[in-house]
Amino acid sequence: MKLKVDIEKRLGDFCLRTAFEAEGITGLLGASGCGKSMTLKCIAGIERPDRGTIELDGVTLFDSSRGIDLPPQKRHVGYLFQNYALFPNMSVRQNILCGLHHEKDKAVREKQLETMLSTFGLTGLEKHKPAQLSGGQQQRVALARILVTKPQLLLLDEPFSALDSYLRLRLQLEMRETLVSFGGPVLMVTHDRDEAYRMCDRIAVMDNGRTAAPKKTKELFANPESLSAAVLTGCKNRAAARKVGEYEMEVPEWGIHLTTALPLRDNLCGVAIRAHYFQPRSDRNRFPVLFVREMEEPFEWVIQFRIPGQKEQTENLWWRLPKDRRPQKMPEALGIAPENVLPLYPTEDL
Amino acid sequence: MFAYLSTISLYPLWNSLRIAAITGVLVFFAGILCAYYVARLPRVIKGILDVILTLPMVLPPTVCGYFLLLVFGAKRPLGIFLQQFGIRFVMTWYGGVLSAFVVAFPLMYRTARGAFESFDENLAYSGQTLGLSNTYIFWRIRMPACRQGILAGVVLAFARALGEYGATSMLIGYTPGRTATISTTVYQLWRTNDEMGAFFWVAVNLVISAVVLLAVNLLERRQKKAVKA
Repeated sequence: MKLKVDIEKRLGDFCLRTAFEAEGITGLLGASGCGKSMTLKCIAGIERPDRGTIELDGVTLFDSSRGIDLPPQKRHVGYLFQNYALFPNMSVRQNILCGLHHEKDKAVREKQLETMLSTFGLTGLEKHKPAQLSGGQQQRVALARILVTKPQLLLLDEPFSALDSYLRLRLQLEMRETLVSFGGPVLMVTHDRDEAYRMCDRIAVMDNGRTAAPKKTKELFANPESLSAAVLTGCKNRAAARKVGEYEMEVPEWGIHLTTALPLRDNLCGVAIRAHYFQPRSDRNRFPVLFVREMEEPFEWVIQFRIPGQKEQTENLWWRLPKDRRPQKMPEALGIAPENVLPLYPTEDL
Repeated sequence: MFAYLSTISLYPLWNSLRIAAITGVLVFFAGILCAYYVARLPRVIKGILDVILTLPMVLPPTVCGYFLLLVFGAKRPLGIFLQQFGIRFVMTWYGGVLSAFVVAFPLMYRTARGAFESFDENLAYSGQTLGLSNTYIFWRIRMPACRQGILAGVVLAFARALGEYGATSMLIGYTPGRTATISTTVYQLWRTNDEMGAFFWVAVNLVISAVVLLAVNLLERRQKKAVKA
């Protein structure tokens, strides 16, 4: 089961040009307004791309050159909207039955409805209207209503953004199980790197209407490679950099040289370092630091510092460390393991 | 007093009610269809159509009547053409439906468009991805969600049709027992110094208007309760 997308759509000044293949649980990670939701809408058939092809499991859903454009009703694509889009005038039961309207046999319909209600823990809520349900219950009704149609592909548009953070984590755990047992390809749009990391096998980074090829989640976080991927995966410290040796780069803004674990390519354009990766005791990539300010969080310290040779007008650097590892006295120098120095390359060369 | 009341023909009440009721039904379908399709048109065409469809609301009703006579008059091409099929809008009670329709339509169209514009389009999209037909989505999801605005539009249009005077008097005049409506009767009786008669019809008008307004308020309160639940 595989989804192949290669589409282009212009909207005023914005141009969406996206091409990727997805299987398993794939995340589309991008800032708001980068075209994530538009991509989902094109795949579902709600929006029509200007040109390109969309193929699902060998079936062409859209092909501008052959004039194929299946209506959303015929695409067998399940779409979970950000606000769940439950029909407010219908009860939970009626909402789920909407996904079963093609099933003529009443007994079969009732049986499938019952299965869905019990799978999603909705038994007893059949007669409730969506407005009477909690956010988590609404999400489960929406999922039940989609899965009862037996879709070939699931599209999830920011599925947890409407929930508070406690509920979010619990539903992410549950949703992950549901998605794994669904088995088909899932495309999930999010701007939240933690959510993407928890839920997705692979992640494609979207930036300004372009999509990078999906990478395995851990690989993307270990080596984001592009500036947009570094930003979206939460690298706090970023600067322009230049290659000066096989494993060595110069970072003029910070006034230091850094060594890496992997050989550098000639078109190196920047460097990113995660706030967690500075080590007070490391002797690799060691440089003196000046502390600016600090702030306490429930389980971590957030510390801002500068490097003595750092250019003025550049941002302070961020260091995060667990509370139990905070030294009595702030160290006068910090180091970074070479594998944690993340090289960045221009997006168009990747 | 009672002797006087028994002499009054209730024809104007019946005529006004049937004109308003038929207009209400016609305006309901025409208003939601126009509101639904106009909202989807490209911006320039939408703007132009919007002006044309709303114009009767701001024009003096007599001007609307003038235009109706210009189009449907007995000596005008369309009027002559329709008469071959025995349809004549001038000086007939169903001509009153035409004039009331033109004047009341913008009220329905405007309120329905407002309701459609505040509809969450994702509901329609999710219906489509669930395999529901567009007709089903329109009548079973879009319309119920916009129920309040549409009902308000119908009630407003009905009330406006019931009280229509300007365009109606120009198109169908005042013939007792044939084209007389409540509003034309009030004017006619007052003009002929029948103050008692005029007052009776004014009272009828007041009662009907009060009932309509009460109905609107009740509807709104029920909707608010439903939203809260």
